[in-house]
Amino acid sequence: MKSSYECVVIGGGPAGMAAAVAAKRNGVKDILIIEREKVLGGILNQCIHNGFGVHHFKEELTGPEYSSRMIDLVRAENIESLLDCMVLSVDTKDRTVHAISPEHGYLQIKAKAIVLAMGCRERTRGAIRIYGSRPSGVFTAGTAQRLMNIDGYMPGKKVVILGSGDIGLVMARRLTLEGAKVEMVVELMPYSNGLPRNTVECLYDYNIPLLLSHTVVQIHGKERVTGVTIAKVDENGRPIKETERFVDCDTLLLSVGLIPENEISRGAGVQLDPMTQGAIVGESYQTNVEGIFSCGNVLHVHDVVDFVTEESSVCGEGVARYIAKNLQNEITHKLTPGEGIRSIVPQTINLNNLNEKVKLYMRVKEISEKRAVVASIGDQIIAKKRDIKFLPAQTVTLELKKKDLLTAAGNEVVISVQ
Amino acid sequence: MDTKKLICICCPIGCELQVNKTENGVEVTGNKCPRGKKYALSEIEAPKRYVTSTVKIEGWMYPVISVKTKEPIPKENIFEVMNVLSDVTIKAPVHVGEIVVKNILNLGVDIIATRNTD
Repeated sequence: MKSSYECVVIGGGPAGMAAAVAAKRNGVKDILIIEREKVLGGILNQCIHNGFGVHHFKEELTGPEYSSRMIDLVRAENIESLLDCMVLSVDTKDRTVHAISPEHGYLQIKAKAIVLAMGCRERTRGAIRIYGSRPSGVFTAGTAQRLMNIDGYMPGKKVVILGSGDIGLVMARRLTLEGAKVEMVVELMPYSNGLPRNTVECLYDYNIPLLLSHTVVQIHGKERVTGVTIAKVDENGRPIKETERFVDCDTLLLSVGLIPENEISRGAGVQLDPMTQGAIVGESYQTNVEGIFSCGNVLHVHDVVDFVTEESSVCGEGVARYIAKNLQNEITHKLTPGEGIRSIVPQTINLNNLNEKVKLYMRVKEISEKRAVVASIGDQIIAKKRDIKFLPAQTVTLELKKKDLLTAAGNEVVISVQ
Repeated sequence: MDTKKLICICCPIGCELQVNKTENGVEVTGNKCPRGKKYALSEIEAPKRYVTSTVKIEGWMYPVISVKTKEPIPKENIFEVMNVLSDVTIKAPVHVGEIVVKNILNLGVDIIATRNTD
């Protein structure tokens, strides 16, 4: 290991690996991936279920298979990785990564470019403030997934799952297959927050009830969870007292959302978008801090890993452009969420950095049918995508062509659901 | 005419399929790709699923390793397959695609590893 690299990637999950591979293929000579686990692969290693890679690899893979393919690419490109190493902070003045590992102790590594690819963290019981005692048996869904699929432990036997996020749904099936009884999945919103296929394959297949517009209002038990009280919620998400009922269980899993893990980004002065809770980035995934890039779940929470790979590859190309001093800083266009759009990534564009087009990843605010997502500058529509249905749980993508951006008068692109 | 609504599980898009049984055969609509049609037809006739799980492993940094059925198996055999897998122990090294259990329960489908130990 050296003390300085052209590019240091923080995080060896799918985003970090894809960014590193693309940077290398586009001419960045020496790259170091720093990963806090003992192996590359990130969260994919514990997502042993099927359904990854349909877009990117054109076949249906499990999480570990997808990560194995990415690891093979990293090895084929001779990209160095530093495992079991925790990055503490990034110093932007001299662009140095401060890290610590059992093998190397305290490290300072200089880099011309840094890619932030730390992924995200699960929201916990504390984040949603569930009332009650503090017995064992309350897990985030991802922790339970790690316990079962990597460490070989069974988290519980009689389970209630709060939140219909994908990890929660997948865990409902996994627990059922391993002999647990999943009593129900409870969802605060009036719709499922997971992908439709997971609702079918993980709940309907095993007759696990999905209670929409419900929540857990209390956790019971002293040493171990003995049950939870659930209640219906009104249209404002407030529990209705008269509908409270006790559900006997020994385990509560929480699948109540993910938060991009941006402590290092904040420390480095990277500006964050309140909607995505990730960095504000340009078309090449550059942040407001020179030489610092961001991609993957630390940038915005993804529903599908294929999109992570795709966007991180664009990020890697951006890094290569930056190292070659071909990346322009100024912003020529701003992307603004209009009616019905919750978030857009990237948030800004510099036309001169674009080859032909830029792909946008968006989330809608609510379920809508037979509508179109429309990008316009002033009165001029520059891109449009119709769909049968838009769901908040699903990413909507839209491509803007460079020539359309060039010819339209104005520099604010508003995207809306119409 | 007999109509059935399904959600396609072939990929994360989750197309809403309509299957119409008419005198001229079965008609599938709502699918964005050919796999949707194939899925709808098999779901009506004999539903199948991939099973993904773990088996015990010796000589590796973790006590279990991920595996899957190489092809989808009939839905009604899922729990029998899980029962067999709960008694399987393998030894490292193991690589993606290596057979862990050949022709499980005579279903004509192998259980394969989905992760490398090195």
